[in-house]
Amino acid sequence: MSNQVTQEERRTEQRQTGFAGDGAGAARPAIEVRAEFQHGAGCGSGEKVFELQDISVFYAGVPAVRDISMDVFRHEVTALIGPSGCGKSTLIRCLNRMNDLIPTAAVEGHLLYHGEDLYGPKVDPIQVRKLIGMVFQKPNPFPKSIYDNIAFGPRVLGMDGDMDEIVERALRSAALWDEVKDRLDANAYSMSGGQQQRLCIARCIAVSPDVILMDEPCSALDPISTGKIEDLMAELKQEFSIVIVTHNMQQAARVSDRTAFLMVELDADETHRWGRIVEYDETEKIFTNPSDQRTEDYVTGKVG
Amino acid sequence: MTAEFDPRSARAQVAIAGAKGVTAEVLSTQPRKDVIRNTIFASLLFLAIAIALAGLCVLVGKNLVDGWSRLNLDLITQNNSSNPAEAGLRNAIIGTLWIMLFVIGMLVPLGVGAAVFLEEYGNRNSRLIRLIEVNIQNLAGVPSIIYGLLGLAFIARAPLNLGYVVLTAAMTLTLLVLPVVILASREAIRAVPASIREGSLALGATKWQTIRRQVLPASIPGIATGVILAISRAIGETAPLIPLGAATFVTFTPGPFTDFTAMPVTIFNWVKQPQPEFQALAAAGVLLLIALLVVMNSFAIWLRNRYEQTW
Repeated sequence: MSNQVTQEERRTEQRQTGFAGDGAGAARPAIEVRAEFQHGAGCGSGEKVFELQDISVFYAGVPAVRDISMDVFRHEVTALIGPSGCGKSTLIRCLNRMNDLIPTAAVEGHLLYHGEDLYGPKVDPIQVRKLIGMVFQKPNPFPKSIYDNIAFGPRVLGMDGDMDEIVERALRSAALWDEVKDRLDANAYSMSGGQQQRLCIARCIAVSPDVILMDEPCSALDPISTGKIEDLMAELKQEFSIVIVTHNMQQAARVSDRTAFLMVELDADETHRWGRIVEYDETEKIFTNPSDQRTEDYVTGKVG
Repeated sequence: MTAEFDPRSARAQVAIAGAKGVTAEVLSTQPRKDVIRNTIFASLLFLAIAIALAGLCVLVGKNLVDGWSRLNLDLITQNNSSNPAEAGLRNAIIGTLWIMLFVIGMLVPLGVGAAVFLEEYGNRNSRLIRLIEVNIQNLAGVPSIIYGLLGLAFIARAPLNLGYVVLTAAMTLTLLVLPVVILASREAIRAVPASIREGSLALGATKWQTIRRQVLPASIPGIATGVILAISRAIGETAPLIPLGAATFVTFTPGPFTDFTAMPVTIFNWVKQPQPEFQALAAAGVLLLIALLVVMNSFAIWLRNRYEQTW
């Protein structure tokens, strides 16, 4: 229990430090998170983590997703589903500014994180990614030991505290500790794919983020490993907010509290295609009683 | 309907034997044309490698015969001397070591730095970067004597005006083998998958932290291999050192700021001497140089195979 408080405090501290680069000093306005976000808000608190307002993303001027508006809530799992090419990955990569790494990518619209514009002129993407972690489609452990994989984040961020403790806590949170505690010095590539992916989740947890983004985290895994990661998500949402992209509708139904359904749209002469949100609602409603016919067709397997 | 088939009947046995025979025939007959073509082709390929190996064998064999009498510890413990009975490579080896020390000191930061810039910071689509890339590849093919003249004109004389010293030789050789290191380092850096960079950046690491703590460590085996190969080339170079005033005959022990000499330069000098004893000495020196290069290159290959990361 005390562990959780420490982590919670650290996160709060980080958030209050804000996004402005360390070197920038006090001149830059730091992001202040309102008090009610900070402690024990509980599951599904109704507090907004992200507010997407008419978000469009372009690659070299060509739209990939258009006019996405949705709110992501704290301590919930929010799923993005939809057919291939509908821009789910593009959208999730906006949320921690990973799209900045693609020189031709441009984001339009407003993306608020705890009320603050994530694409504001004074926001440093490095600081954003400290608070909003990401787990990728293919497990991408570093070619180092299990221990060093976890310790890398805390080290580069200059987190203080006992590193052994940080590593153990992260591995425990990712339900990996018992499997690897005797071989922390082993190379991460000696683990199974499912373990590697949980290692990547643990690595993400180790830097105490506020949000964890998961881009099809189970698509390269077998059903048993997938089950473990789904169980893990249910645990993790007590402490973090999670956004997950998935191809697998059953997975979205199992793990998420809210689901957004995206679809591909074509322009009149069918030269460009982009993703647009069709329906966003509580997961139960999306899967049992969707308001849009296209959603119903998709979730019942009539199309896609 | 047909009569019941009995595989043990005489007729059936004959039929089975016949079928087997036909199958065996079909499987075993290779068209004669193909056989001849295959043989010719394989022979030609063998000839190609045989010629390459024959060159090496003649070189090593000839030098072994000529230099065997001088292939002993005296070769590396004796200083050079005008008396062929006493002459050795000691000061040439020390000269080479000094040059290589300076070369490594300049080569690694410059080569790796240029490679990191081109791979991680340069925009691959920009015309300038593409122009630089093409030119680096061209530089790798420029004859070494040209570098010697460059070193003479710009390093030994004005503007740098360093004179004919170890540093001049080292800078010239560094320029000579720099393209090799840049190309090898770029390969190694490019081999680190984008997912590793993304994983690091997604944790909030900066670009520099990602390069310094993920990309470079993962590419060290490839970079080290390139550096060793470059050094082994630099060790054997004579041509660029001659215009830089390499002392072909030194009896002193070279230091970092003295006149310089190097193993191939001394060997070159011995070959020019009329006395047959110097020829034997030169042959022994050649063997030592070849052995050194074989060891270095083998180490580079071992390093690559042992530590290269497979993703």
